[in-house]
Amino acid sequence: MIKTEFKNSVLTAYIQGEIDHDSAAEIRAHVDAAAQSRKPKVLCLDFSGVSFMDSSGVGLVMGRYRQMKLLGGALRVKNYSDNIYRIFAMSGLESLGVLR
Amino acid sequence: MKSVNEMKLSFPSKSCNEAFARSAVAAFIMNLDPTVNELSDLKTAVSEAVTNSIVHGYRRQSGVIYISGRILENGRVTVKIRDKGCGIADVEQAMQPLFTTAADEERAGLGFAVMQSFCDKVRVTSTVGKGTTVTLEKLIGADD
Repeated sequence: MIKTEFKNSVLTAYIQGEIDHDSAAEIRAHVDAAAQSRKPKVLCLDFSGVSFMDSSGVGLVMGRYRQMKLLGGALRVKNYSDNIYRIFAMSGLESLGVLR
Repeated sequence: MKSVNEMKLSFPSKSCNEAFARSAVAAFIMNLDPTVNELSDLKTAVSEAVTNSIVHGYRRQSGVIYISGRILENGRVTVKIRDKGCGIADVEQAMQPLFTTAADEERAGLGFAVMQSFCDKVRVTSTVGKGTTVTLEKLIGADD
């Protein structure tokens, strides 16, 4: 469901499939475990493999934003579809400056 | 208005059924030839309503979620998502964007806002101790 890559202090998590309340818990555990062990300067969530997302994805992004702040790093979110962007836009996530 | 087609579903309030519920509703409206956006909108709205029933209605206790769908003659689709959970004391407050009672579980409080934005009409009726019914209405074919 998720593949991670660590290069130049950037941890990239390639999320695959559908993000809902059910799958978000598993994604969260996986990404947080990788971030804890790698301690990246930047955590990048790559949404190119995400085919569906409901508002659980917003909670996932906001939670990782807080997590990275605690670890002294930053979060980036990239390669999301237009449909996913519509939900991000409603949440006010844009003001956090994490969307690329 | 006359129904062209109808369906009923019931399933336990397990989170693995969120994907089942939205896929089943998507399959139900398939012969209306929806656009990718229409399909995605309705799936997202159904996913939000079902998640609300699981997380808030039944508060992770086991219960049954009921969905009934209707396709009307003019391409209008209604999907009713009902639970017999704890109900909502203040529906108006619950529908406010960013209002959530589960912030520690990383719930964004956007469920109703997403439903309202992705459907033409959202109706919520709820009785404390009895449960909640969310009715989503969307015209399929309006994007053409």
